[in-house]
Amino acid sequence: MIDQLLREAAPHVLNVMLRRNRDFAAAEDAVQEALLAASQQWVKFGLPENPRAWLITVASRRLTDQFRSEAARRRREGDALGLEPAGAFVVPAPDEGVAAERDDTLALFFGCCHPSLSTSSAVALTLRAVGGLTTGEIARAFLVPEATMAQRISRAKQTIKASGVPFPARASRLEAVLHVLYLVFSEGYAASGGSPVHRVELADEAIRLARMLAADLPDDDDPEVSGLLALMLLTNARRAARTGPDGELVPLEEQDRSRWNRVEIQEGTALIEQALARGAVGPYQLQAAIAALHDEAASADATDWPQIAALYGLLVRMTGNPMARLSHVVAMSMVDGPAAGLALLDRLERDDRIAGHYRLEAVRGHLHERAGNRSAAVTHYRAAASRTASIPERNYLLMKAGKLA
Amino acid sequence: MKYMLMMNATGGGAYQIAQWPPADIKAHIAFMVQFSQKLHEAGELVGAEGLAGPEEAKRIRAGQDGKPVTDGVFPETKEFLAGYWIVDVDSPERAYQIAAEASAAPGPGGAPMNMPIEVRQVMSGPPPEFT
Repeated sequence: MIDQLLREAAPHVLNVMLRRNRDFAAAEDAVQEALLAASQQWVKFGLPENPRAWLITVASRRLTDQFRSEAARRRREGDALGLEPAGAFVVPAPDEGVAAERDDTLALFFGCCHPSLSTSSAVALTLRAVGGLTTGEIARAFLVPEATMAQRISRAKQTIKASGVPFPARASRLEAVLHVLYLVFSEGYAASGGSPVHRVELADEAIRLARMLAADLPDDDDPEVSGLLALMLLTNARRAARTGPDGELVPLEEQDRSRWNRVEIQEGTALIEQALARGAVGPYQLQAAIAALHDEAASADATDWPQIAALYGLLVRMTGNPMARLSHVVAMSMVDGPAAGLALLDRLERDDRIAGHYRLEAVRGHLHERAGNRSAAVTHYRAAASRTASIPERNYLLMKAGKLA
Repeated sequence: MKYMLMMNATGGGAYQIAQWPPADIKAHIAFMVQFSQKLHEAGELVGAEGLAGPEEAKRIRAGQDGKPVTDGVFPETKEFLAGYWIVDVDSPERAYQIAAEASAAPGPGGAPMNMPIEVRQVMSGPPPEFT
């Protein structure tokens, strides 16, 4: 409960700090310290009357302290030039600047997905500055030491500072923000299936952040934001059914559909329908539309494969992505049969970007299995298993091979 | 994505650090310390360890009663793991670049050793596609 409250307050408190001091790194540190103080003190002494105002006050003090010690350091070094603006750090009214907040949260997203950052740095910084997660939570979520994550975040902030452009213009950054949220979601979705370690649910966090982003953008803005949110909801809806009791992967066609989350499916479907109606179709919307078709099918046999194949065809034309081509082949094989699928696969294998990829081997194994070529299926399942870097998937492929061998 | 970078030394081969002149040993160790520090500061280092020599290595199996059965020492081993790094990076290319840097650690006379570093992906890779 407290965690949730803190995460929701984080970007707003950061915005207030940034309005006083444009130094992103200092403001972000101050907010993080205030969040940590709150998580310790609120558990002990209960919630303050106005949690957000409490956080703003504490973060302001931290910022002032930082600034003072910095100023003192400068004075000691003999280049004090009276940089400390008098009266800059008065305790604010808790509702300060509510109108301006909307755009500022967007600016935070764009700042964290700065063009000069590596993807993993942008992911970490977004989760901390916009998501309000602590460094420790982020580190545990990605299974790296906390010190490593702290370095990654601090390096990211230095990089932004050195670039001289703390908040890049919005143009072209939205795509990067969407990509970062997509990665956070896939990381969380990959981890689902019950690691005993206590980890933040990254998939849920990604959905929360995508909701924030969608809420902060005007309705008629880029429908890809709704598309991504819909894709996450429609995928997350299947999470409980996707792994068996021992964490093993359950493929879509074998999942117990009564365990799918109807609320998420309804919300995701409504979102994608609205987004598609706006006309500017993009890759996230197409993938969401495909996920919706799967989610709406009462059984695997009732899946609308011709429609899914058509959507993948569009996705291939739009992105040229070889993975989309592979999914297109799978859908086509469901319409025209495994032999047609295998023929398409031979053509796809001429694409250097995917030749030899384990997923291609896995699909080949699957098509051979459906065509009744057991030994070929075994060979390709095993080849795929030896190349994947995902343990649940390797186990799944080995089991498939084992059952046929 | 995470990668394990393994520094394999050949028994009796190039990585005979004990026989180097002290100044070269010092330079080599300083390089390794700075290398790890640099990876840490970049937020890429998950873990790194150097391993004790193969002379003290044991090979263990469970006996009939489940108790450990210790098997000898293997000084004749042609190649042994001298140490490793685990890094968390954005691409395999970045992992290879880090491995190349480690490979060029200074050896006798300060010349780069260009020793082989085996790069293996940790099984924490991306999940199968969503649909």
